[in-house]
Amino acid sequence: MSELFLLRHREIQGLNQLKTYIASGGFETWKKVVTTLKPEEVLQQVKDSGLRGRGGAGFPTGVKWSFLPTNIWPHYVVANADESEPGTFKDREILEMNPYQFIEGLMIASYAVQANDSYVYFRGEFAQIEHKFSERLRELNAKGFLGNKIFGSDYSLRLHPHLGAGAYICGEETALLESIEGKLGQPRLRPPFPAVVGLFDKPTVINNVETLTNLPIILGKGPAYFRAQGTEKSPGTKIFCLSGRVKNPGNYELPLGTTFRELIYTHGGGILNDKAIKVIMPAGASSSLIPATEAALDTPMDYESVPALGAQLGSASVIVLDETVNVSDLVESTVNFFEHESCGKCTPCREGTYWMAHISERINHGKASKEDIDLLKTVASEMQNKCFCALGEFSISAVLSGIQHFRADFDARVEN
Amino acid sequence: MNPFKKNHANEIESILTSYPPERKRAAVMPLLHLAQQEAGYISEEAMREIGEICEISTTEVASIVGYYTMFHAQADGKIRLMVCTDVACRLRGAREYLAVLCNELGVEPGQTTGDGLVTIEEVKCIAACDHTPVFQSQINDEIEYHENQTPARTLDWLKLMTASMKPGEAPIELGRAPKEAGQAPIELGQAPKEAGQAVDHE
Repeated sequence: MSELFLLRHREIQGLNQLKTYIASGGFETWKKVVTTLKPEEVLQQVKDSGLRGRGGAGFPTGVKWSFLPTNIWPHYVVANADESEPGTFKDREILEMNPYQFIEGLMIASYAVQANDSYVYFRGEFAQIEHKFSERLRELNAKGFLGNKIFGSDYSLRLHPHLGAGAYICGEETALLESIEGKLGQPRLRPPFPAVVGLFDKPTVINNVETLTNLPIILGKGPAYFRAQGTEKSPGTKIFCLSGRVKNPGNYELPLGTTFRELIYTHGGGILNDKAIKVIMPAGASSSLIPATEAALDTPMDYESVPALGAQLGSASVIVLDETVNVSDLVESTVNFFEHESCGKCTPCREGTYWMAHISERINHGKASKEDIDLLKTVASEMQNKCFCALGEFSISAVLSGIQHFRADFDARVEN
Repeated sequence: MNPFKKNHANEIESILTSYPPERKRAAVMPLLHLAQQEAGYISEEAMREIGEICEISTTEVASIVGYYTMFHAQADGKIRLMVCTDVACRLRGAREYLAVLCNELGVEPGQTTGDGLVTIEEVKCIAACDHTPVFQSQINDEIEYHENQTPARTLDWLKLMTASMKPGEAPIELGRAPKEAGQAPIELGQAPKEAGQAVDHE
């Protein structure tokens, strides 16, 4: 097992207590950053580390930060703690068990872009975590780690939690900004990008919880130390959320580039009841379905290799299906999810997810004919590249790949 | 009369300081959470007051309440039971777990028990896919996770909770003795069909 950068609470008991976190070296990096480094030096180190966004897109974090114009102020940093992709439960573990490392990372990011007010958008279901977070902020203010003129410098920082109320779409960064602004959580047209016109129309960086939690390691131990894990283009470790028909579901922090086989069989203990594996969904409900061939199992889980299988690594929420699962059933549950979560802003997604959900239900409940399978495929194809945001595009991934690779499962539901 | 503003003057003040002064609208969600904490739902009167504070119309506040699934405009059961049956949970028997629960409580998902104590809801992924079956309880605006459930475990917890809500009265009658649904995940696609759920559009 490689070194843990993120799930360090599994090695250090009580890391979610401030005392323990400080005793293990916590906030030393924060002090070093504020008192000895210029913002552009922090930015350069993050660029050098090659850290890529862990929320799904895998965009280089340092490059994202560098898009903020320096002639428009204030700047904002927003942490995306709206973890809602079905099959994803990594940020919750960080926020509950290693919260100070996340907060320290958010502070470092805020310093790098010289934001004086930063926000954390928690999904509504994380209300308990949000309450605890507010208590932690009071502790940190009392310690002088936050507030005005931190460590005697000219830098001041305030952190603000913002609690959502149940809407998957708010994980999409522009919908998230709308939600903080007190509007319906619906995505914005881009450009302008949030880096230029973001929260309250000001330049804004939005980073995932896991992304930010890497920063104390990168700034504390250096980019080279960070790069020693993972691959050249996908450096560092990643928390893989393993769920579905495996013996040991859970979060596994492993170097990027670890194979699906190692995750599922070595760490996950293999398939329930020792059945045959059938499908891998590497990015939760948004995944294309990967037939679990030997070659697929030996594919490294990183941002370059997974696309070669016709899918994306995304948030690395690996849902595993075995031979007992009918893919048509699985597709019914993914389209049902997207129908429920479609924000209603654009017609292809609002209507498309509605019809996919209804056709899929008909198929699985014996009320359909073979033509309905083609109809389902047609609806999905018609949506492709026409949706306003990625949610709509994601809603068709399992449908199209499912029908392509596992047509027989659908046929079995409409025979007789 | 402005009971919401009166009762929560300090909290409202503190919430507003988190956002730029010219962006009062940003306070609408935290204020709605505050109102919901008090009553378990958001009354029209609270919406009107929140609209005044945020300088938006009551209709706009109502649209926010309607858009987000965790805001409630009417009183439901005192305990809201939110059971996840989404993709990963469904692969490990969550729908079967929900069906047993509903059967024992004598309600369908979305309904409230006759005594007004328990509302059961079927929800989307709540980030606990490795400890399914799982539900979240919501009592006023307090939310808790309950992982690795069986119907018996959930029903025991409910008995305990509802007993404390009706002091001096017998705990909620849950019908037949709870059956243990086997721990082993059930095959997908074997779940009982939800009657009356399917509404075809044609």
